[in-house]
Amino acid sequence: MRFVNKEMKKIDGIGLITGKPFYTEDLVANQEYLIVKLLRSPHAYAKIKSIDITIALKVPGVEGIYTYKDVPQTMFTLAGQSYPEPSPYDRKILDEYVRYVGDPVAIVAAVDEESAEKAMKLIKVEYEVLEAVVDYEKALDSHILVHKDRAHINYDTIGYDNKRNLASSYLQEKGDVEKGFSESEVIIENTYYTQPQIHAMMETYRSASYFDVYGRLTVISSTQIPFHVRRHLARALDYPSSKIRVIKPKLGGGFGGKQTSVCEIYTAFVTLKTGKPSKIIYTRKETQAYSNTRHGMRLTVKIGSDREGNIKAIDIKVLSNTGAYGEHAPTVTSLVVYKTFPLYEKVPMRCKADIVYSNTMVGGAFRGYGATQGTFAVESAVNELAHKLGMDPTEIRMKNLVDQSETVSGDIKKCIQIGKEAFDWKNRKVVDMGNGKVRASGMAVTMQGSGIAGLDTGSATVKFHDSGDFTLMIGVTDMGQGCDTVLTQMAAEILEVPMDKIVLNAADTDVSPYDPGAYASSGTYVTGNAVIIACEKMKKEILASASKLMNKDIDELQYTGEYVEAKDGTRLTLKEIAIRSVGFEGKNQITTTGTWGGENSPPPFIASFAEVEVDTLTGETNVVDFLSVADCGTPINPALARVQVEGGIAQGIGLALTEEITIDKNGKLLQDTLMQYKIPSRKDLGPKVEVLFSYSNEPTGPFGAKSIGEVVINTPAPAIADAIYKATKSRVRSLPITSEKLFWEMYSK
Amino acid sequence: MILTLNVNGRKREISISPDEYLLDVLRKLGYLSVKRGCDTGSCGLCTVLVEEKPVLSCSTLAVRAQGKKITTIEGCQEEAKRFAEFMAAEGAEQCGYCAPGFTLTVLALMKENENPTDEEILHYLNGNLCRCSGYISQLRAIKNFMEAEKR
Repeated sequence: MRFVNKEMKKIDGIGLITGKPFYTEDLVANQEYLIVKLLRSPHAYAKIKSIDITIALKVPGVEGIYTYKDVPQTMFTLAGQSYPEPSPYDRKILDEYVRYVGDPVAIVAAVDEESAEKAMKLIKVEYEVLEAVVDYEKALDSHILVHKDRAHINYDTIGYDNKRNLASSYLQEKGDVEKGFSESEVIIENTYYTQPQIHAMMETYRSASYFDVYGRLTVISSTQIPFHVRRHLARALDYPSSKIRVIKPKLGGGFGGKQTSVCEIYTAFVTLKTGKPSKIIYTRKETQAYSNTRHGMRLTVKIGSDREGNIKAIDIKVLSNTGAYGEHAPTVTSLVVYKTFPLYEKVPMRCKADIVYSNTMVGGAFRGYGATQGTFAVESAVNELAHKLGMDPTEIRMKNLVDQSETVSGDIKKCIQIGKEAFDWKNRKVVDMGNGKVRASGMAVTMQGSGIAGLDTGSATVKFHDSGDFTLMIGVTDMGQGCDTVLTQMAAEILEVPMDKIVLNAADTDVSPYDPGAYASSGTYVTGNAVIIACEKMKKEILASASKLMNKDIDELQYTGEYVEAKDGTRLTLKEIAIRSVGFEGKNQITTTGTWGGENSPPPFIASFAEVEVDTLTGETNVVDFLSVADCGTPINPALARVQVEGGIAQGIGLALTEEITIDKNGKLLQDTLMQYKIPSRKDLGPKVEVLFSYSNEPTGPFGAKSIGEVVINTPAPAIADAIYKATKSRVRSLPITSEKLFWEMYSK
Repeated sequence: MILTLNVNGRKREISISPDEYLLDVLRKLGYLSVKRGCDTGSCGLCTVLVEEKPVLSCSTLAVRAQGKKITTIEGCQEEAKRFAEFMAAEGAEQCGYCAPGFTLTVLALMKENENPTDEEILHYLNGNLCRCSGYISQLRAIKNFMEAEKR
């Protein structure tokens, strides 16, 4: 292997660090674009009685103000999912009803920000304020209906029932759970809460739209899902797909937030209405409070076992909050099951989940996608069971976790073993530091998938240039994780050329082959396989072309990456083949495409170990040591894989300790800036985060690889929660475990 | 009002309104590396150097920079590229959106403190948030870079 399994530098790395302007807003800066702003609802639930825009329209510079009366009445979902989307079509561009604080009421377009803001203040809206259901635990069967009318749904199986505020519900079971409990000698049952975590990517949501020279509506957007955006726009705006082009430039982070079409619809609409270029840039506050979050969940886990720690049954009851609209409602919560059941393969498990509407910000995709929530609850419960049985948490897992088998590549038990050794687990005792601080350790395991089995596909197109080098066109989107680089590494490996002979092009719906986008940990695994197919085809096509040019039988020819050589030693360089192929002699522009979708979604595994130091006077907790052992098959780029793990650990630590969400009784989010919403800073992490890999070979993966992007975020919360419990004998089951919560848990006994 | 700045060694004059922030003025002048990440001066993305000291351009009124020497990353491409090599070697740059402000702060730290401890590095850069990397790889890159620059 020349390029794969090597720590190749990111192909865009130097450009990014030296500040080259390739993000959405950079591409349209200092050009005449209308500024689009959204007037938003101050109420959690209200009916718009009247909107008077006459005075606002008179503000100089205002080009248009649009209300629910001006927009198409088509219903749609903004979830970035393959068509037909499982999410209910429950929203309009603007609606007579506003369903959460921040729900758009009017779209304002003006020549500059000042005029737009002035106009916003002059729009007079009269609301009939309705009683809202802000607390999602009160939403099911509430007398308040978030959606009075039934939405269109593509699958009857999602358990949608708007009359019960249910966006989705389901029941999953494997094995005989009741029998398992009846055979159990120890049963524990506890309820855990996970907060609606905010993505807090550094580049806020933004898009820009214009009509190109062919009269086509072009949308530049910081999105993970350009093809889904195009489809959403066509449906919502009732506008032909063929006249829409979506371009994805460099993205300043996504983490799943940009798997929902948050803002493109507004600029596209304004450009359609005015004929003029327009752009929208969400403020940090809009990004934090008015876009989408991880689904907040309440998970009750009942777990039964014999006294030796053989788990007999696990029962999970989930209440998940999708907020005002049902984006990703049916799918996120199913990962609570899909990513916990297979880990405890032999254990009978049941999960009943209700995903409810409420008058809060919308739930959506967030790295980990439900597996995070499920892992926190189930792994915490397993840890609690271990303590009750007086067992080591690693031992109980060795007894119950899935074994390595022919169907599963990789081995979670091996991750635990490597981690135990490297972390010196058996010598990590609870240590009183003598200054009111106590140190203790905890651990947890997790898995994720690699792409969506039997559904999503990835594509790659390779073009053979007249100069003898290649363009690799992909529709998957690099939001920083490095898929542009990793896929180029794979292409270089197959085509046997240096990486700089491959030009990467992504992503533009006009040019790129269809790809659902970057989500579900699919980039390396799914699109990677497509790249391999496309490149293998390319080699065959080059040989076929060379065979004509050289007048030799194709079987006599060999491809080397520099030239094609016949058995008699005659050669043509790729450059010669290229120029003659596209010219009059060959009349053959070679372009090949690969499309691939997986029958399975092979799981990456992680075992993590955390040591915390808790100040027993204040409840303040610091993570002093953290180790993750990851099995992602064979990493294509170990350096990038490692940083994925480190970044995921940081986000997981934020989820565990600091990323607090408070929604007041009026439905207003209090942590709407980075000042209040505390993502980890450099000092919160320190240098003591270690990552190790347990190598395996995934037979269906490109060069043996599985995914790494999402699995990394799941373990910190349960591992840290258990470490805190060991340090304090206080168990906080609601994330984040802030010092305040821990303080009261310690001192209110 | 007319504002005169010295940006990256070049004299720039621009008509601004008195309430404009340095960030917006610099972007208007075409220094698009300067990024906004928050509205509360808490992320560090908009960091530029004013008289060689890092400041948050999103919360510095442009008039305060009148006549002063401003450095954006466009103005120190050579140093930035050298640092970038070390970042790239670690895979420490992910989305890159925070990179310009972060890199300028690293360069400023090196001028202020030739031999910083890990703790001092983390402290100096604590206001530069990054949501992708988890910071650890960046610390490795900074240390390797500083070591190499000494030679």
